[in-house]
Amino acid sequence: MTLIAIFWDTLLDILPIAAIIFGFQYIVIRKRIKHLSQVLIGFFMVWVGLSFFLVGLEQALFPMGELMATQLTDTTFLPELAAGAERHWSDYYWVYLFAFTIGASTTIAEPSLIAVSLKAGEISGGTINPLMLRISVALGMAFGITLGTWRIVMGWPLQWFVLVAYILVIIQTFRSPRSIIPLAFDSGGVTTSTITVPIIAALGLGLATAIPGRSPIMDGFGMIALACLFPIITVMGYAQVAEWLERSRPSSDITHTHSDHTT
Amino acid sequence: MDFLISLSRQLKDSLRDLAPVVLVIGFFQLVVIRQPLPDSLALIDLALGLVFVVVGLTLFIKGLELGLFPIGENLARAFVQKGSVTWLLLFAFALGLGSTVAEPALIAVAARASEVVSEGGLIASSESAQQSFAFILRMVVAISVGTAVVVGVLRILKGWPLHLMIIGGYVVVLLLTLIAPSEIIGIAYDSGGVTTSTITVPLVTALGVGLATAIKGRNPMLDGFGLIAFASVMPIIFVLLFGIFGLNLIAGST
Repeated sequence: MTLIAIFWDTLLDILPIAAIIFGFQYIVIRKRIKHLSQVLIGFFMVWVGLSFFLVGLEQALFPMGELMATQLTDTTFLPELAAGAERHWSDYYWVYLFAFTIGASTTIAEPSLIAVSLKAGEISGGTINPLMLRISVALGMAFGITLGTWRIVMGWPLQWFVLVAYILVIIQTFRSPRSIIPLAFDSGGVTTSTITVPIIAALGLGLATAIPGRSPIMDGFGMIALACLFPIITVMGYAQVAEWLERSRPSSDITHTHSDHTT
Repeated sequence: MDFLISLSRQLKDSLRDLAPVVLVIGFFQLVVIRQPLPDSLALIDLALGLVFVVVGLTLFIKGLELGLFPIGENLARAFVQKGSVTWLLLFAFALGLGSTVAEPALIAVAARASEVVSEGGLIASSESAQQSFAFILRMVVAISVGTAVVVGVLRILKGWPLHLMIIGGYVVVLLLTLIAPSEIIGIAYDSGGVTTSTITVPLVTALGVGLATAIKGRNPMLDGFGLIAFASVMPIIFVLLFGIFGLNLIAGST
């Protein structure tokens, strides 16, 4: 698509939110907007930025994800197959390793996750360690994506995995400290940033295209869904472990500082 | 000058977002795969594309911080103070809907999904059928996020328990999965994660936290966050429903 066409399309994409914001501001609330010129510059930057991002996405992020999927599943790259034998799922170990690394590395450094985990540590009064929280989100995300690639290799239906994940989330919800639950559900959404989603989507579709017997439409989607679900489980798991550690610690001044912060 | 400094700080954040992806892929290319790039992909094109991604994301997020976020947050506060539940709900719906339409990750994934769906024969393989599928998919997701924010606001107003409602949502998802066409299931489940990124999360969280702060007896930490959780379950339900009832509305479907 040409640059002009992309600019035109993204203009239509940001028009609704601009109309809603300005409409409610001027028609319902009826107040002037402070710093109107700054706001208009902001909207202009959103427009240009979104267009550039989408151009770069088509040119770099999608091709990179697809390239990795194609190369890691290439028959010359995979271990040699005995004549007539069927390929075992463990042959794709580089795929799983790649998925795990991408998931863990993109999540652990995510700025919004760092902010959220610091806040959570503050509120919990030291029960929750921000770094441990980030590690549990990253591990959950990495596990979710790796499971997603394994599912594509196996060709099993997505809903089985989601069903099991849902059951785990529900069990965890009833066993976790109440204050962590909203944060845990939130951490699922935090992991999927604007850069990671296209890479993961391209990887999944690429794998489903490249692996014999799989089709993009039946097997290619679902990695993002699993990447969102497993952090919920690991964060609640970490909260339970942290609570248990705190309770089994004999020192009395820890419980003291804790009760200070819960007011 | 301040503006340039904050812009360069945002540029650093965007670079840090992209760095792990480039490092991991670079490592795998150089150490594990050790093969030349295919002819269709020139290294210079990829590098140029990444520059576009970083510059675009920087301008986009900085622009949001300058324009959309401050007015959005002000409006959320104004509607909470106005005290009219009808207007508050209407605003909540519009906010969820509008911000989802402009969500970059959703634009990207909807376009990919429409190509895959037309290759799979679910809709005609013409360009126009693909475009209308991508458009309708995004609208369905946008309406579902709008609905999710309304439900989330109602929950904060009434003090309903979050986890029971989410579990209810999971049950509906699983029941709908039983009757939905299997081609739509993966797309539906993924659409839940796609919606909660750059624009929707800050705007919707601002609304929730503002609301929870304004109402007596609500804790911003406990009640302010639930909105995102709804915004990631509701799209699954709506896209599954669209797969069951709406697919034949697209021109050229079989």
